[in-house]
Amino acid sequence: MLETLNRPRAVTAGAASGSAVSVQNLHIRFGADDSSFTALSDVSVEIPAGSLVTMLGPSGCGKSTLLRTVADLVHISDGSVSVHGQTPRKAREGRDFAFVFQEATLLPWRNVIDNVRLPLLVGKREAGATYADPEELIALVGLKGREKAMPHELSGGQRQRVAIARALVTRPRILLMDEPFGALDEITRDKLNEELLRLWQETGTTILFVTHSIPEAVFLGQHVLMLAAHPGRVKEFMKVDLPYPRTLAMRDTVEFIRVTAHLRTLLGEC
Amino acid sequence: MANALPSPAEGRTLVDGQRFRMLDTIAAAGLRHLPATLAILGCILLWQLVVWGFSVPTFMAPGPVDVVKAFGENAGILWSNFLPTLMEAVLGFIFGNVVAVLLAVWFVYSPLAERAFYPIAVIIKSIPIIALAPILVLLVGNGIAPKIIIAGLICFFPTLVNMVQGLKSASPAMLDLMRILSASNAEIFWKVRLPSSLPFLFAALKIAATSSVMGAIVAEWIGSSYGLGALIIEATYNFRSPLLYATVVIAASLAVVLFFAVSFAESKIVRWKPTTDH
Repeated sequence: MLETLNRPRAVTAGAASGSAVSVQNLHIRFGADDSSFTALSDVSVEIPAGSLVTMLGPSGCGKSTLLRTVADLVHISDGSVSVHGQTPRKAREGRDFAFVFQEATLLPWRNVIDNVRLPLLVGKREAGATYADPEELIALVGLKGREKAMPHELSGGQRQRVAIARALVTRPRILLMDEPFGALDEITRDKLNEELLRLWQETGTTILFVTHSIPEAVFLGQHVLMLAAHPGRVKEFMKVDLPYPRTLAMRDTVEFIRVTAHLRTLLGEC
Repeated sequence: MANALPSPAEGRTLVDGQRFRMLDTIAAAGLRHLPATLAILGCILLWQLVVWGFSVPTFMAPGPVDVVKAFGENAGILWSNFLPTLMEAVLGFIFGNVVAVLLAVWFVYSPLAERAFYPIAVIIKSIPIIALAPILVLLVGNGIAPKIIIAGLICFFPTLVNMVQGLKSASPAMLDLMRILSASNAEIFWKVRLPSSLPFLFAALKIAATSSVMGAIVAEWIGSSYGLGALIIEATYNFRSPLLYATVVIAASLAVVLFFAVSFAESKIVRWKPTTDH
């Protein structure tokens, strides 16, 4: 079933470097010069291709801004961001990444399968690109049989599953996720966390995942990127030495608690 | 995750359940409207009893029986005056709403146009429609045109306001999504802005449906020789009260029919509910 999702698609020139996303001396300022607000200050980080990096930090640290900059939703004030060797704009036009918002952001007048198909109906489509089959993706996120359901007939967790299927339909090499499970209850969130890990391991997609939950960041992340606030800057980019596949039970181990405790201390210093 | 699939057994009970639910719905609808129906019949009965009991002269206030008789006696007159009013109301409805929707689209894409012309729309709205009628008769003559324009003007403003709001109601996240998908402005308009404006548009169209009839009738009061509005004036001057009442009933029925036509179209077109993710 996963054949349609398995990479690689065409490998572009910059991809050989091993970085999916490369951020160098990035500055993001909002507003006019006299009343400008610095969201990110001198951020440099390399996101390895195929990795799962979680971003953590106090509110106002600019973690969403960093994600939105990679997604070409924010204007770069200074420095550079490259996505597989391309500018974010080129990467967006080439459908190199997909974005999952905190809210599912489904179009309420389209049913499940039509929402998943949306990326195939708009924008410039790459000539010769092969996209994933929407029906297989709906099955992959566990909603087989609900293809014709309208968004208001689904629970919050189911809507977010549809949003993930929609993100995967263009077979992106990078999945940008902005607190995608933040609005869900803990049980649903745990389940979706496990499934996201499975998806990541099966597809090899690079995932950049913003969260405000330390356990979630540690449970998912191969690396945790900790940002400090005012102005937003990199505090630490640490590797999480926990083996995959990870299970929910792992969160009660001494090793897991040691990592979360360390991050909590760091967060206190931010 | 397999639990998302209903088992075959569950599917069967669902179909049976639906059949029962339909009967239930009809019975419930009947019960729900029973009090209103009884209340209306009660009012009509009371009216008839008052007219009989106090021997009210027919020219002052005809009873329901007189009104029903007037329908039979004047069927030809009523029908021939109903048709022009229906046409004026419907054409005015279409004309006013089309202009309002197009203007709203222009306003949403051009803030300068909105700043320049919105105040003019408000000024036109604030002129009493009855005062506008003679002006229009002088301008475009005494034909069908001033009636359509007035019916259209009455529809125009609520639709303009609602449509501007509706086109702006798409959530920022939806627009971000379309940007990430590199969607063109036209795609954003047809796939996001227009569908999200439809609930707002239909709210305005339901108001417009009833007020377009009012606009047409008011326009017919000013020197017109046909239409329900002219018939109301004529019947009043000649003390043909049963005919006057019959005309009013027809005018009200026309407004109600147009209202339900728009409601029906809405139920067919807007088959979704907004979702809140929290």
